[in-house]
Amino acid sequence: MNMQASPVIARRSPGPQGEKIITLAALAVGGQGGGVLTNWIVEVAEANGYRAQSTSVAGVAQRTGATIYYIEMCRDTGRMPVFALSPAVGDVDILMAAELMEGGRAIMRGFVTPGRTTMIASTHRIPAVAEKVVPGDGRANGPEVLDAMGIAADHVVAFDMERIAKDAGSVISSSMLGALAGSGALPFPRETYEEVIRKSGRGVEASLRAFVEAYEVAKGEKPAPVPDVPMAKPSPTLAIPDKLRPKWEALESRLANLPVPAQDMARAGLAKVVDYQDVAYGAQYLDMVERIAALDAAPFDLTDNAAKYCARALCYDDILRVADLKTRASRFDRVRDEVSVDDEQVLMLTEYFHPRFEEFTTTLPRGIGRWIQSRKEIEAFYTRHFDKGRRIRTDRIGGFVMLWMVSALRPMRRRLLRHDSEMEHIDRWFTTVTDVAQEDHALASELLANYRLIKGYSDTHARGLSKFARVMGALDMLRGRPDAADWMRRLRTAALEDEEGTALDGALATVRSFAESAA
Amino acid sequence: MAERSFAKEVQKLTKGEGETFSGEGILAITKALLENGVGYVGGYQGSPISHLMDVLADAQEILGELGVHFEASASEATATAMLAASVHYPIRGAVTYKSVVGTNVASDALSNLASGGVTGGALIIVGEDYGEGSSIMQERTYAFAMKSSVWMLDPRPNLPSIVKTVGAGFELSEASNTPVMLQVGIRSCHVHGHFTASDNKRPPVTVSDALENPKRDLNRIVLPPATYLHENEKLTKRMPAAQDFILEKGINERMGKPGSKVGLILTGGSYNTVIRALNRLDLADIYGDTDLDLLVLNCVFPLVESQIMEFCEDKDAVLIVEEGQPNYIEQQIAHMLYKSGKRIALEGKGKLPMGGEYTGQVMVDGIADFLADHTPSLLPVAKVATNETPVEIPDLSQTLPPRPPGFCTGCPERPIFAATKLVEQELGEHHISSDIGCHLFSIMPPFDIGATTMGYGLGPASAAAFHNENPKGRRSISFVGDGGFWHNGLTSSIGNAVFNKSDNVIVIVDNYYSAATGGQDILSSRADNRTKQTQNSITDAVKGMGVKWVRQIDRTYDVTKMRDTLKEALTTEETGPKVIVASSECMLNKQRRVKPQLAKAAKDGKRVVRPRFGVDEDVCTGDHACMRLSGCPSLSVKDTGDPLRDDPVAAIDQTCVGCGNCGEVADAAVLCPSFYEAQIVTNPTASEKRRASRAQRLIGWLQSRRAARRIALV
Repeated sequence: MNMQASPVIARRSPGPQGEKIITLAALAVGGQGGGVLTNWIVEVAEANGYRAQSTSVAGVAQRTGATIYYIEMCRDTGRMPVFALSPAVGDVDILMAAELMEGGRAIMRGFVTPGRTTMIASTHRIPAVAEKVVPGDGRANGPEVLDAMGIAADHVVAFDMERIAKDAGSVISSSMLGALAGSGALPFPRETYEEVIRKSGRGVEASLRAFVEAYEVAKGEKPAPVPDVPMAKPSPTLAIPDKLRPKWEALESRLANLPVPAQDMARAGLAKVVDYQDVAYGAQYLDMVERIAALDAAPFDLTDNAAKYCARALCYDDILRVADLKTRASRFDRVRDEVSVDDEQVLMLTEYFHPRFEEFTTTLPRGIGRWIQSRKEIEAFYTRHFDKGRRIRTDRIGGFVMLWMVSALRPMRRRLLRHDSEMEHIDRWFTTVTDVAQEDHALASELLANYRLIKGYSDTHARGLSKFARVMGALDMLRGRPDAADWMRRLRTAALEDEEGTALDGALATVRSFAESAA
Repeated sequence: MAERSFAKEVQKLTKGEGETFSGEGILAITKALLENGVGYVGGYQGSPISHLMDVLADAQEILGELGVHFEASASEATATAMLAASVHYPIRGAVTYKSVVGTNVASDALSNLASGGVTGGALIIVGEDYGEGSSIMQERTYAFAMKSSVWMLDPRPNLPSIVKTVGAGFELSEASNTPVMLQVGIRSCHVHGHFTASDNKRPPVTVSDALENPKRDLNRIVLPPATYLHENEKLTKRMPAAQDFILEKGINERMGKPGSKVGLILTGGSYNTVIRALNRLDLADIYGDTDLDLLVLNCVFPLVESQIMEFCEDKDAVLIVEEGQPNYIEQQIAHMLYKSGKRIALEGKGKLPMGGEYTGQVMVDGIADFLADHTPSLLPVAKVATNETPVEIPDLSQTLPPRPPGFCTGCPERPIFAATKLVEQELGEHHISSDIGCHLFSIMPPFDIGATTMGYGLGPASAAAFHNENPKGRRSISFVGDGGFWHNGLTSSIGNAVFNKSDNVIVIVDNYYSAATGGQDILSSRADNRTKQTQNSITDAVKGMGVKWVRQIDRTYDVTKMRDTLKEALTTEETGPKVIVASSECMLNKQRRVKPQLAKAAKDGKRVVRPRFGVDEDVCTGDHACMRLSGCPSLSVKDTGDPLRDDPVAAIDQTCVGCGNCGEVADAAVLCPSFYEAQIVTNPTASEKRRASRAQRLIGWLQSRRAARRIALV
């Protein structure tokens, strides 16, 4: 939909004294406070001897949906101009977007015109529901929208205004007003904006801080804030008790023998596995990675993937793991930080658990576990009396100790029923991988990455396992084809698109059809 | 208590002669009512006229001093019936409703009111909800005005014009003994502007005066043979009187330059867009001065034939600018021209689109097309030919995620639909009837629930045909909100289901307010309201209506209970309708109410608990099953920065209000143990503090003991 291709080139003409109407549209997500921003801009305009008019579409559309605010202003020469009530395609001078995708929406709707529109957009993301419900990573492509801004707009002022507002203890209206002032798109001095904020009387100091910060960034006097998302964490730090240090160092030294491109991943993987279980488990992990490395060649992508997914496979999510993570000191610190608790306050912490019969039996030693699993009457009894949600207060001694005892089973994990089934599953997968690695590195690498499909707990976990099995099941059809790795990757991507596996069904049907025609 | 407090705005209503009023369009109308000596005001809230009701509700003191009676009507039918006070008495009355949907509900009363006619001015303020951002079906109210013979004003969208039209509307109504509709577009309602105020006027006759001196006139009562007289009177007396008034008072405006060969006949509401289009075509300046000839219809029904014919005299072509369809105005003018034998090109729909909003570019294209056909010399060359190379703008349609409206953070309706989804996972899909209200967002992702929506309070009624021959077979589930329930649902939906022995399941979503329209109080609201009787139980009303199987759920966030109750309703052998009243306070309103109270309590040193939820990012595996049962704005995805992980994990941001839905859903659906609830206690008691530090010491000891024996990530 290219709105610029309109047959009629229609630009506003100025008034008799050269006074021009300036049009400004602000796109926001409902609840972002677009109304406050709109009122501020109108007040700034009026304070500068302009006539101004604002409109909005309020009502139901405000509840978290996309909304538009619209302002027109004109230097006051004694007469009231006829202001329009809504933004028109190709007729917007200043477009403000309070979220990256809303900026994209403005472009798509034709509100951003080359050679005319100043685009002021916050680059932070508020993922829409459609992006969040995807089992994999369903988030929209941000850089594509940023590129489009560069093409569509006359002048772009884009940075994370939400971050600036937050850091200043304010809301995005303040930083957006700062960006507007700093962009120079309106002929008003900075002080008049600040005066309007001061007059608003609520949270003035924080609003002014956010305003000034955004003003300076928009003006180019200050660099934009760094993205909120950590791109990569520094390599993990391990706390190692002195008596375990020699054993650990022996293990760690093996990393140096791995191909260099895979060493970072293997270091992270090793730390995760040892943290999960113990040093011996780390050795088991390195055995797997080394076996793959022996079959690999530069650029060692296969080894890198082995380092990543073997660690993931070995660190399966069981009750012991959850109890361990939830009782760590570092976790308590993180929670206190996340929910901002100060020293004078008390934190009450409730965990939500719902262990089913399956989780209970697989956490038993393999013999007892299997025996109980075979007794239907025990399952019925469990379901009747124990299959319900449990709220555990980990800030209290009773609740904490209960979880702590579960996590204390960790040294016994290798004897539990769950470990058996996990190891069997890993073995089968790893054997297939090493087998394929002899003939097709790329395909073997994709097979490793398929472990990404296994995640979650209970039903989610079962669904992940079944998707994994179906994707792996296509191996026989693909093996030997030059594009096998590519198709394996496509199958995995399809499996992550929706919950039910509809996209995967389609992809598998395609693979089946060409496999059959080849045979 | 409405969503917004209008305490500040209410003070604007007291402005006197010569003072400058500044504010929203809807507030200007409210002020104009008082300046014109209105005796009573009623109406039903709904965008875009909700604020009018809210302002009046907050302005009861001022109204009381003036002797004006205000009522929040039960429905638009009630509101319109209220105008009966102007039938026999010279009292001015005004009611509001949202266009089309309100008119539909009101139409029985409207027909009766229009038939008998009025003595005092009767004004119906209709908030037009058409085009972008509209929440209703796209139809015109115009048809109602025509068939009932009530007049319709559509003023130019600026405050002075709108305010002037309110006064003109009352006078027109009195001069023609006919109720008058004042139509204001959604953007006009929310337009910010100024006008010069006049003093408020006490009604010369109040409703109290009328009660003390009752009157009746048999000829004004809608009963044969008077009804035959009424029809005749509409045609021979009232309409001509209205047309005379329109001409005399200059309600419609002739603008631009008379005598030009082409002209535009436009509705008042579209004036600003037309002028902007002309300005963009170099045919008008920014103040609206133009060489074209314009007839601006501030009264769109009835049209005045002589005025139209005079305008068309000596013209080659006329363009009718009339938004929405059918093109009633164009049809009427075409009829006039045809009968008079005039040979003039009449354009309208065709040059302009048949349906849809007349936005800026649509208007530019339509007018340019009209001028190019009928007077090409007028159109500046620069506007039709250009040497600018168009810039190829990337197509983002595949990239941008749709962002429809959804439930707010912490909304108590979310768990109801999460539970419904869980029941469907267990028992299979069901036919689900939806209703009007916030709960209609359940048709959007992630819930994707509901097949139809037939009208306010009609959710269960729209499942009426679904009678299963197999008593053990599937039942339909229908939803109705508390607002819809009291508006119409109690009789049309519940009573109907009882009387016809329906076996289906009805869920009444009770959030203590008419939430979608801005959080106004209704009969079952739990708040004490000085001027209203609240606290009327929905459950009692349903039982009173004859429902035997009723379950009251007092905390919708209990997803397990919600799910089990719904399952029971779908499977019980008991006959008759199964009604679940699911009650929890609208979170938007609750936060607005509670937040200042808690902040004050914390400041005063009182013990205050603030709940919120969090996700343990190490425990979360990034499957997002929780989000497929939530859609909460505060529950989102984030990157972990861990090279070993591919998918983003769940994260809860600072806007979380700790409603509990996340944890309850994780529990009911057996999702995962990632969620935790943190309750932050400000000003804890001394014993609480002691206990916490004792627990912390022991926990710390256990933790450091383990840390000394293992290798762990920190």
